[in-house]
Amino acid sequence: MTTSQPRLEIERLTLGYGDREVVHDLDLVIAPGDVTAIVGPNACGKSTLLRSMTRLLPPRTGRVLLDGKEVHATPAKQLARRMGLLPQSPIAPEGITVGELVGRGRHPHQRVLARWSQADDRAVTAALRATDTLELMDRAVDELSGGQRQRVWIAMALAQETEVLLLDEPTTFLDISHQVEVLDLLTDLNRTSGTTIVMVLHDLNLAARYADHLVALHDGRLHSAGRPHEVLVPELVRDVFGMPSAVIEDPVSGKPLMLPIGRHHVLTRDG
Amino acid sequence: MSVLPRTVADDVAADSPDLLRVVSARRARHRRRRQLVGALAALVLAAYLGSLMLGSTTYGLVDVARVVVGDDAGGAEFVVGRLRLPRATLALLVGVAFGLAGVTFQTLLRNPLASPDVIGVTEGASAAAAVAIVSLSLSGLAVSWLAVAAGIGVALTIYLLAYRRGTAAGTRLILIGIGVAAMMQSVIAWQLERATNFQLAEALRWLTGSLNGALWRDVLVVLAAVVVLGGTVLLQTRALAAAQLGDDAASALGVRIERTRLLTIVAAVGLVCLATAASGPIAFLALLSGPIAARVVGPRGSLLVPAALVGALLTLVADLAGQYAFGTRLPVGVVTGILGAPYLLYLIVRVNRVGGTL
Repeated sequence: MTTSQPRLEIERLTLGYGDREVVHDLDLVIAPGDVTAIVGPNACGKSTLLRSMTRLLPPRTGRVLLDGKEVHATPAKQLARRMGLLPQSPIAPEGITVGELVGRGRHPHQRVLARWSQADDRAVTAALRATDTLELMDRAVDELSGGQRQRVWIAMALAQETEVLLLDEPTTFLDISHQVEVLDLLTDLNRTSGTTIVMVLHDLNLAARYADHLVALHDGRLHSAGRPHEVLVPELVRDVFGMPSAVIEDPVSGKPLMLPIGRHHVLTRDG
Repeated sequence: MSVLPRTVADDVAADSPDLLRVVSARRARHRRRRQLVGALAALVLAAYLGSLMLGSTTYGLVDVARVVVGDDAGGAEFVVGRLRLPRATLALLVGVAFGLAGVTFQTLLRNPLASPDVIGVTEGASAAAAVAIVSLSLSGLAVSWLAVAAGIGVALTIYLLAYRRGTAAGTRLILIGIGVAAMMQSVIAWQLERATNFQLAEALRWLTGSLNGALWRDVLVVLAAVVVLGGTVLLQTRALAAAQLGDDAASALGVRIERTRLLTIVAAVGLVCLATAASGPIAFLALLSGPIAARVVGPRGSLLVPAALVGALLTLVADLAGQYAFGTRLPVGVVTGILGAPYLLYLIVRVNRVGGTL
């Protein structure tokens, strides 16, 4: 339940693995209660940034703050009650049922030897309902279709009952209809319970349609951040993806729609 | 498109039919698990009592009970009290230790082949025990400590050899472990070559594992290991369940994954080594217990306790069968070896094909 709006701030953050620096000196404020999409080409540091926003990757320099408190200094379980993360490819143990997997989302709310509580059951019920997976409760996760499975993983993250939910490419490997279904589901979640959502998305146009704010990364640096119509412009596509493009108004959503311009199949205006 | 219901749990009424469904499904799952684990525990108890009662002379339950509580039971005192009681108790505890340690490794490394007896930890402890007894003429606790030190050394060596780019990948670790296991086997063979006739009977157990001549001293060491180290692993049950979902997902759920990994691996290595120091490396026990437990209880919660029970059951039954079922007396490790080798082959074939988990 959202009582106050969580403030998630990133200050002069530098991240890396081994001797490779992936994110350089990044400043960012995540708008509370909104949907933010992080976009950029492969290996631009999107996922790395997301991982460091939970405790997964300690910063080289700089800090990540949740309500002014440093995330990496917050006890793991305490942080996990406020901020959840759905990684790109979580592993479902063989044969596990949907009900049990979603129940694992309750981990940060449970003490070592405590019994299953009514709050746990309610959170699981709410998560199954919200993701429309109640009917799948007794099915094995490995029997489900890709779209169903992704809804189940989101249900697990919802059962965690956090104010902030981070998702790393929640739509990869899904058919377009399931991509839209997942993004609609996240929008419902944001609108009905005010959950702050930060997701890494591959598809610029879906990101522009579904996010309130876009954050564009390029080579581990912040290129631009703001409302979709401010960020998704031909200059961004040229700088970040190295490709000419046109941006028009999406007739369905009224949001910006990027049309790539390649070497072929382009109508020439002047002849 | 219809608007989905609010997701906050407060909106789920206490008498909501959805909630009742979720609760009853969970209760059914837990009930079924309790029944299956209870059945396993009953089988372990039956096998334990059977080990005390059956043999070349069979004693009734009353005689056995009298020996256990210390009453004078005539002829049963020696056979049951001195021979069968420490042997069966050691079988039970060693089985728990191997079963628990095996399933911990398999769960944490997400691979049924990553059992301590496949990747060389057991063999390392065994080789150290053989060296301690044959070459250094040590006995008792000194052997146990050396076995533990060697087991931890081997585990660390395998981990470091398999470590690349920040992670020790599963398959790499297993292949390196199999190589290390082979090296340790040759150390054991070398020690057997050097053993005097007098030491040979004692040293032979380091090859396959045996419960012959079980001593109360060994029982106490393994009991302490099961209580302290087994308890340590069991306290991590929920963290291990989260760890199964992958490191990132587990961390996001508030599990301190490095700490969980270190605690449980060190405890599991300790369990394996102390058990090995008492009984030798009972073949395939650690490898078999987890997958059998998974078949029995299915995907209904943690496999730690079920695997410990399966380990105890296998050891008790295999030891009893080894003593009386084949014309000659076979050590327990030979019997589990006959059971385990085909399963290992099956696993290698299957994992190669589908890359399965436990």
